Amino acid sequence: MQNSHFFVTGDPMIYGADVSIALVSVAIIFYLTYFKKWGWLWREWITTVDHKKIGIMYLISALLMLFRGGVDAILMRIQLAVPNSHFLASEHYNEIFTTHGTIMILFMAMPFMFALFNIVVPLQIGARDVAYPFLNSVSFWLFFLGAMLFNISFVVGGSPNAGWLSYPPLSENDFSPGPGQNFWIWGIQISGIGSLMTGINFVVTILKMRTPTMRLRDMPLFSWSVLSSSIAILGVFPILTVTLVMLTIDRLLGGHFFTMTAGGNPMMWVNLIWMWGHPEVYIVVLPAFGVYSEVVATFSRKRIFGYSSMVFSMIAISVVSYYTWVHHFFTMGAGANVNIVFAICTMIIAIPTGVKVFNWLFTMYRGRIRITQPMLWVMAFVPCFLVGGATGVMLAAAPADYQYHNSYFLIAHFHQVLIGGVVFGYIAGMYYWFPKIFGFKLNERLGKWGFWLWQIGFYVCFMPQYALGFMGMTRRIYTYNDSMGWDMGWAPLNYISTIGAFLMGIGFIFQVWQILYSIKHGERDVTGDIWDGRTLEWSIPSPAPAYNFAILPVVKGRDAWWYQKEEMQKGNVHKEAVKYEPIHMPNNTGIPFIMSVFWFIAGFGFTFEWMWMGIAGLIGVALTLFARSFQYNTDHYIPVEEIEKTEKARKNYGSVHRTAN
Amino acid sequence: MSNHEHTANMKAYTTGFALSIILTIIPIILVLNHLLSKTALVVSILLAAVLQFVVQLFFFMHIRDGEGPRYNVMALILGIIFVVTIVAGAIWIMSFNSQVQ
Amino acid sequence: MQQSISAHVSDHTQGHEDQEGIKLLGFWIFLVTDCLLFATFFAAYAVLHTHTNGGFTASEFNVPNFIIETFILLISSFTSGIAVLNMHKGNKKGLTQWLIVTAVLGAVFVGLEVKEFMDMAAEGATLSQSAFLTSFFSLVGAHGLHVSFGIFWMIGILVQLSRRGITPVTKRKISMVSLYWHFLDAVWIFIFSVVYLMGVM
Repeated sequence: MQNSHFFVTGDPMIYGADVSIALVSVAIIFYLTYFKKWGWLWREWITTVDHKKIGIMYLISALLMLFRGGVDAILMRIQLAVPNSHFLASEHYNEIFTTHGTIMILFMAMPFMFALFNIVVPLQIGARDVAYPFLNSVSFWLFFLGAMLFNISFVVGGSPNAGWLSYPPLSENDFSPGPGQNFWIWGIQISGIGSLMTGINFVVTILKMRTPTMRLRDMPLFSWSVLSSSIAILGVFPILTVTLVMLTIDRLLGGHFFTMTAGGNPMMWVNLIWMWGHPEVYIVVLPAFGVYSEVVATFSRKRIFGYSSMVFSMIAISVVSYYTWVHHFFTMGAGANVNIVFAICTMIIAIPTGVKVFNWLFTMYRGRIRITQPMLWVMAFVPCFLVGGATGVMLAAAPADYQYHNSYFLIAHFHQVLIGGVVFGYIAGMYYWFPKIFGFKLNERLGKWGFWLWQIGFYVCFMPQYALGFMGMTRRIYTYNDSMGWDMGWAPLNYISTIGAFLMGIGFIFQVWQILYSIKHGERDVTGDIWDGRTLEWSIPSPAPAYNFAILPVVKGRDAWWYQKEEMQKGNVHKEAVKYEPIHMPNNTGIPFIMSVFWFIAGFGFTFEWMWMGIAGLIGVALTLFARSFQYNTDHYIPVEEIEKTEKARKNYGSVHRTAN
Repeated sequence: MSNHEHTANMKAYTTGFALSIILTIIPIILVLNHLLSKTALVVSILLAAVLQFVVQLFFFMHIRDGEGPRYNVMALILGIIFVVTIVAGAIWIMSFNSQVQ
Repeated sequence: MQQSISAHVSDHTQGHEDQEGIKLLGFWIFLVTDCLLFATFFAAYAVLHTHTNGGFTASEFNVPNFIIETFILLISSFTSGIAVLNMHKGNKKGLTQWLIVTAVLGAVFVGLEVKEFMDMAAEGATLSQSAFLTSFFSLVGAHGLHVSFGIFWMIGILVQLSRRGITPVTKRKISMVSLYWHFLDAVWIFIFSVVYLMGVM
């Protein structure tokens, strides 16, 4: 690799981005040095094993990646707004749709989801931490450095351009030589290993770390959704890992899994990647379902309707989602029998999803609904997801799919379920639990601006795309000529769609503004129970102390905190003198970060096919694993005096607090 | 999974070991002496493999150990379902492959 | 303001009684996901094993070699079990010896596998010759890497064992590595049956 090829050159936009990245980096380094924050950063964040802090880091990363993926989207929409556009070169357009898809699913949705896992689950089940705090930190840093590895492809080596799932033979050496495609492989590989560990972590956390009195059937629905999502993670992420290894073997060692020569079979890749890829979308949507269930119950001031059917449908989704993957390639020609089975399974999975929608509606029915920010997003979700689901059933009809396949109809469909289902859910979750993590509420007025811009923008952007699909516009085309634009009517619809994309972009800016504004001016949460919540996380102060619960809570049924508050109001609860005991907590450790840096080095080496560097990185990973195995002093106890001190400072919490109704 | 009531003892290990050896030798003999037709051979090889897997689960890995909900058994059953889905699904879906080769 | 663990040796500390058990459950779940990893390699092998590109075919495997490999791994699985039995009896010396025997058998297994691969490569049957060979080397190689990793892991645990003796922590680690070892033998049963026996039949 020559130096002149190492840095990406050519496009003035890239130079502009290079300069701004350099400036931001310098600014951050200057800030950290000038205010002597390096030690703080290391002690409080990089080495932390506290699930709440790890959750915050996930959240920040997810929002940054949402920005990057959003900019990609806007660039694509600008390019497509008018016929014969020369805003982006075709090569550049390919790179942008590749990075947009990859970033939005793997580096935005996944970390956003893990942010909610980390922030909420231990608090909701009355645990003091996750089952494996060390592993949790490893997961985060693997995700973060994997995402960084993927993102630096923008300035060094060149971006991948074979699509977000990089089908061979296009993604093989013959057609995509060089580091771009390798960046895609290694960025996903490294963060994917982290995701698998998170899956194991949360399955065990939920099964084993619940406060002893909480039975599984009393567990809040968000935690159930995390359990079902994590089970699906365990089922499919190993497949992703191996599939990526196979492509690596093809590219790095001259293998023939997916090549066109020597007996390789590119369709095997399509088969394997969708075995992961389809359940993956259910993995990201299930926790969103969990958020809706929590929010809808809290703000309707009612118990969730049909708790058992909710649990059952989530578990059903996480298992049935394993049997639908072929609907992504009905057109491959696997034969009628194969297509029929998978078409039917795809339609079956709509049933539990429909059950859930009815349950949310019935929960709202005759509830005392408060229209708060989280609730707004839930109410916007229902119709949006309904349309997305209905178009999904259309796509599931195998014969008809030959018509919709790879058209803009498909694009509109999956954006409708992924934005309307996943993003709306995560944003609702962020608004809902924001006071719990940071101790203040996000400003309502700015939030409403953001909300309406998102809503209007969404429909303006994606409704025309359904029509464009029927009019023959296929995905991934980088431009279209005048006759398609005007005679076939693509241009006006594309133009409208672009306006919608900008509206959503402005909505996002409002949300960023909202967060920055609220840091200073947001309503402070002094009670720990700002929404008059129902589940355990609202029974402790906001933000929660390091050990979460001074005394492990006693749970007598569902909506434990709600009924505890009722008892307290009736005066049935006698304040007994509490006797604290020392709390066992894990020590901070720098090993996860160092290990992930070695993974980054290995990934970078293999990306540029510098084997010495790749192998050196892997040896570093092995050495850090050994170092950890020899560490025995990994935990400490928080002494009783310290707990008493912390709890006294929070006298207010736990007092019955009811908003007027 | 925990330290209560181990089924681990020398007798269990030796039994498991002996059964494993037998279940390894049977298919070797069948294959090397071409004793069966092709389909019957494939079925017997797979059967011996699955039996040996079960033997090792019980005699070596002590799947029955532990108390309370058997999460390890549940995980294993789910894992087996997924394994079968991956392998059988791939073979079935990619069977069009033999027609285009 | 941190106190060391030793100050609370006998304390029950709510919710944390069974930390080692929780770790063992997590490791078990990890092994299940590792099964899926091998399943994916198996799926690729099953689909691609006829795609020999006119070269080396599955009927040409070295029969004595893979039979010896199989028995060596099976015996090592047995010896790792004996090691665990010694651990439960509190016999540190027996435990150490049987773990060393297990690791040595593992090393012999890996050595035989490397020799097999080298012999095949010498005949021109390399990973890049055909889709069949790519999937074969990947599947069997992935297993071999797992075994190699297990050997290094055992060495690490042996060092800890000699320094600290049989404690709840080393006990858990030995249970894990032995479980891992049994698991690798179980995976090998299927490689032996599906790849080798069905290959040469």
